This record gives sequence, C-alpha cells and structure tokens, in this order.
Amino acid sequence: MDTAMLPLSKFTSLENFGHSLRAPAYVFKPASADEISEVFQLAKKNGLTVTARGAGRSYNDASLNGGGIVLDLSAMNKIINWDPATGQVRAEPGVTLQQLWQSIEPEGWWPPVVSGTMFTTLGGCLGANIHGKNNFKMGPIGEHVLEFSAILPTGAEVTCSPKKNAVLFYAMISGLGMLGIFTSITMQMKRLHSGLLEVDARPVRNLHEHLTDLLDNAPNYDYIVGWLDATASGRSLGRGQIHAARYLHEGDDPELQKTMLLKNQVLPPRIFGVFPKSILHYFMSPFMNNLGTWGVNTGKYIASLPRHTFRESHAAFHFLLDYVPNWELSYGGDGLIQYQSFVPKENAEAAWTEMLRLSHKRGMPSYLGVTKRHRPDKFLLSHAVDGFSLAMDFKVTNSNRAKLSTMLQEFDRIVLDAGGRFYFAKNSETTPETTARFLGEETIAKFRKLKKRCDPHSILESDLYRRVFGGS
Amino acid sequence: MSVQKPFLPPATPLKPRLRGLIIGASSGMGAALAHRLVREGYTLALVARRADLLNALCDEINKTSNERRVLSYVHDVTNYDEAPTLLRRIVSDLGGLDTVIFTAGVNYPPDPAKDNFDGDRQMLEVNLIGAFAWLNPIAEMFQSAKGGQIVGISSVAGDRGRVGNAGYNTSKAGLTTYLEALRNRLTRHGVNVLTVKPGFVKTDMLKAAVGPTPFAIPAEKAADDIYKAMRARKQQIYTPWFWRWLMFIIRNIPSVIFRRMDF
Repeated sequence: MDTAMLPLSKFTSLENFGHSLRAPAYVFKPASADEISEVFQLAKKNGLTVTARGAGRSYNDASLNGGGIVLDLSAMNKIINWDPATGQVRAEPGVTLQQLWQSIEPEGWWPPVVSGTMFTTLGGCLGANIHGKNNFKMGPIGEHVLEFSAILPTGAEVTCSPKKNAVLFYAMISGLGMLGIFTSITMQMKRLHSGLLEVDARPVRNLHEHLTDLLDNAPNYDYIVGWLDATASGRSLGRGQIHAARYLHEGDDPELQKTMLLKNQVLPPRIFGVFPKSILHYFMSPFMNNLGTWGVNTGKYIASLPRHTFRESHAAFHFLLDYVPNWELSYGGDGLIQYQSFVPKENAEAAWTEMLRLSHKRGMPSYLGVTKRHRPDKFLLSHAVDGFSLAMDFKVTNSNRAKLSTMLQEFDRIVLDAGGRFYFAKNSETTPETTARFLGEETIAKFRKLKKRCDPHSILESDLYRRVFGGS
Repeated sequence: MSVQKPFLPPATPLKPRLRGLIIGASSGMGAALAHRLVREGYTLALVARRADLLNALCDEINKTSNERRVLSYVHDVTNYDEAPTLLRRIVSDLGGLDTVIFTAGVNYPPDPAKDNFDGDRQMLEVNLIGAFAWLNPIAEMFQSAKGGQIVGISSVAGDRGRVGNAGYNTSKAGLTTYLEALRNRLTRHGVNVLTVKPGFVKTDMLKAAVGPTPFAIPAEKAADDIYKAMRARKQQIYTPWFWRWLMFIIRNIPSVIFRRMDF
C-alpha cells in the first residue's frame, strides 16, 4: 500500500445529515476531472474504494465510505455557462441548488425540480434523482437534464443525453454515484413570471381525505404537499394540512420587478425581526418527545383549520427544511432517521393506516410526516410510483433502537406487500432483500452489468451501496 | 489490484456497530476481550502472531454469533514496518475504527544463573516498541478524525522496578509512560486513552511466571473490568480493583526499605 499517498492526516470523520452515522475516510478534494482520475488510480493501486460526496445532506450513508476514499466535490462548484435567453445552464457537480437558484432567479428562471433543502449539490441530486413537490407533474430532476459529462473509474470520459448513450444516461442518474462521477451537467430551467407562488392551504381531517385531496387536486396545481400529523389517532388518523401552489402567469404579478429581487427570496435570519433563528433548535429540543410532539402537532393542526390563500416567495415555499437552521440537532445526540415509502395510489390508504396504527401501538409515533403525489419515471433505480409518498422522521435514542428497527422491518413488509418502493437517499435500514424485491431481479441484473462495464474493479462503492446491494 | 472488501454486516443508525482492533488477540486477555466486545455489538479485527490460535478463535466467534463479526490478520508486532500498511488495510476492511486495544505482550522471566539480554530485548521489542509501531499511526489517525479510543494493557509490574524481572518491569513502565504521553497529546482532540494495569491474570503468561502469583483472576473477569472502563471512558484502571490500593502502598515504600526486600 502506498502509505505516502494516503497520509493518515487525511483521515476525516464524516457524518450523515441526520448525525446518526459516523465513518472516517481519506478525504480528497479534486478540482478537475484529471484529479478525480488520479484518485481512481490511487484507489485501484491500494485496493481502496471511492465514494463521491457533495454537501453531505443525505439522511443516510449515501456519501459515506468508512475506511476508504471520499471525493469531496465541493471545490468543483463553478457555473460554467448560463444563458438567460434559453434558460440552459451548464454547471459542475459541486454547485448547490442555492448557488443555482440565486444565480438565475433574478433573471426570471427557477430550477424545475428542487429538494426541501437548498444545500444539496447537483451531483448529489442527480445521483439520487431527487424529486420535489411537483413530482406528479415535472418528474424527477433527471428529466430536466439535457446532457452530462462523467468520468468513469476506467478513466474513460463519457457524455450522455436522452439520445446519446441513453442507457447510461438513465442509469447514472439515479445510480448513486456507483457508475461514474459527474463532471458537468447541462439542465433546462423553468421560466418564472413572478417571484411569488400562489399557495392554497387547507386542512384534511383524516388519511382518506388527505390522499383524496392530493389525488384529485394535484392536476390543478404546479406543486402539492401535505403535512401529516402522525401523532393523531382514531378517526383523525392521517389528518394534516395540504399546501398546494401555482405559478403566477404573465401579468398576474403587478410588482414583478420587486418580487423577483433576490432579497425578497432570502429566508429571514430572524423571527419577528429580533429572535435569531440559528439558536431556535435549542428551544425545539424540549418538545422532541412523544408528549411534546403531540402538543405541537395538535396546535399546528388547530392553527391550520382556517382555509386560506396567500402568496409566498419560491424560496420560502420550497426550502422549508432550511427555515430553522440546524433543525436536525434538536433531535439530540443520537440523531434522527427518515423512513419514506412510495405506495401505489390504490393501496396507500390501507398500507399507511396499518403503519400509523403500528407506530402508535409501539409508542413510537413519527414526529414529522410529509406526503407527496408522484408518477413513475424511466430511470433505472427509480423510487417513483403512480401514487403517493409518506416521509416520516423518527428520533433515535439508545433505548428505542432495537424496537424501532423491528418496527421498520414490519413497515418494509407492509410497503412491499402493497407494491411500494423506497428512496435510496432517505431510508437508512433498507436491506438487500428489500431492495431486490422492490427493484426486481431484472433491474438489479441490468445495473450490475453496467457497473461491471463502467467500473470493472468495483472502485466506486459507498456504505449505502454495500448495504443495499450486499457489496460487489 | 482489484478492490475486495470482506463483507461484514453494515452499520446503520439503528444497528450501530463500533469497530475495534485488538493487537495480540490470540490468547489470554486479548481473546477474552474479543469475545466480550463481540457480545457488546462490536465488529473486530484481530491481529496476532500465532495463526492457528488466531484462526480457531475467529471461527469460534463467527460461529457463535451466526454472522461474520471478526476478521483475522496474522502479524508479528516486531515486524514494525508492516504496521502502517496493515492498519490501513484493517480500517478499510472494518469500514472505520473506533477502538484499539494493544494487548500484545511477552514475559521471559530471567534465569538468575544466565544472562537474560535476549529475553529482555524481546520483551522491550514486543511490549514497548510494538506498541509504538502500532499506536503512533493510530494516534495520528484518531487525532485527525477527532475521536477514538486507545486501550493499552500495561501491568502493575510497571509501577516499580523489582528484584526479579527488570526487562518486564521496564517494558511495562515504558508502556505506561507512553500511554500517558498519548493521553496528554490526544485528549484535547477527543480521543480517550485508557491504561489498564492488571494484577495476576490466569493466562498462558502466568503459567510461565516464577514465584507466587496471589489474587489471580480469570481473563474473563479482567475483560469485564476493562470493558466497563472503556464504556466509562476512564483514564486508568487496575484490575481487580484492589490492586490500586496495593500498588499505592508498594509505590510508596521508601527505597531504603524496598531495596532490602526480596519482593
């Protein structure tokens, strides 16, 4: 082993976003495709594996590679080309959504698909093939990629688009960074006619009403998302609030010049102008238990009862997770995990009723539930279904680990029996057996064949890859 | 070289697995600690010189735990140059490293009629220089990663230079001082360094001992004490506990008396 090239001082302890996993790795920070290629060589020579890491915002082990090499791509963060006439942008993989929207919004454009946080990188977004609150309409982010370049562990550089190298295009997007590393990404942005969205907010009294609203009303909106009070039981099981939003059309916004200004998109750093949000998570911690969350959720539901319509900036509507900085710290030292399931529309109500009831019976209700409407897509490792998703956050403690693990295994069974799927960027407990069942043997065989072609020595491996595919 | 990692069950937020390395694991306290840590949920890399003993231990542990929990690496700690490379291999195989236990040690009590230079040198080479070879790179890694735990198995024998076994006393005194130096360097970087000073423990080493060996305890009892101290992130322990007071007295016997004792 080449100990001089792998100095132990490069060893860095990396965490997932939820602070529930820790894995040390040799961190390299390449600035170009050539430097990535050099790291591949070094890894091959020393029998080590390599994982790409963008902003480290994944809830699980997607950007961790314990004991191996991690490529920190945050230095490859240039927007190479931006054309405000066509809305096409070409960027390096380390560019964050924040960088992207802040560069294009003042000129009247917005990324067609964004995650609930703006701190993710484009490389990471493509690797996981993220979706937004408009998945039912716009599909995942991959559908808006016109072309990308990538470097493979063989040293080969490839360019892919839906027409050129299409098989690789549909596999690398959603491919978890296991086939190659993106070096540049060209995407089509969406035209805006206002800095604001028109948002309808309304309560839903139970799970049936909740899912019916998402299903029936989605076609009338550009975005739709539900908050689900996972602590409510009985006849109120699955109650919550729907936020549905539309773009404003040309001429709808009389103050267009003003609302498009960047400063009117920025999330305010203080609440009521005085209270700094950066310390807010300390005040949330005391409520992060079953009783406290029940109280907060009930209060939130009561507050959501009056239906109302308002206009809100794009940033404020989309990046809810960024509203309270470091909110994940309020879950305490052992962190949080997220369990998200995607279930076909016919089976979602029954499956989630069973899951929510089970969580109450076990005394482990989710502290935050979020629902969305989805449609299928063509990407190889797709998580999408013609149905809905329910994301649930759970607090991890030393005493609930074993119980929670058992419950999530039961959840997996319920979701699989309902024909559901899972999202690799979220769940942290998915096993190879579950993966094989929802992806299907044929898809996995296709992926493995591509993997062998792009990465014959299996240099690209993350902790996530080894966990869900059982290693090479 | 193709990349091939041995498959170990993955660590997840709900099934966290601490990853440990035991150097000198094939018998005695090392083997007892391996059994204990696996029961506590660790995955382990076991390093030892004697391949047959090491492999038998690994097979036994993997069989009783119904899954692959330990990996074995045959290595003689006096092959100092191998340590940094083997360390990198192990950290890659385990997927990280949280705890290191250095328990490699030999004891060659001198025959008063003969010169014991060879034995003395071997004791220093294994017990002390071997620790430097492994713990120096581990200290650098833990310092850089801002976390980790180093456990060194020293001995009550290092607390005083006695009549019978200068080499062993010196190697353990040196190890104790080395561990203290590591502690003073690494605590500020979030690393815990635990010095363990066992009294007499019923291991192969004890069978070779000359003279009385009072209060001897089984290796499992010592492993239990050590594990509890690791969990509490203590700095130093004696095992069993009363050696602390015994050694307090012995350390404070004035030289003018101590040098007249046969002890």
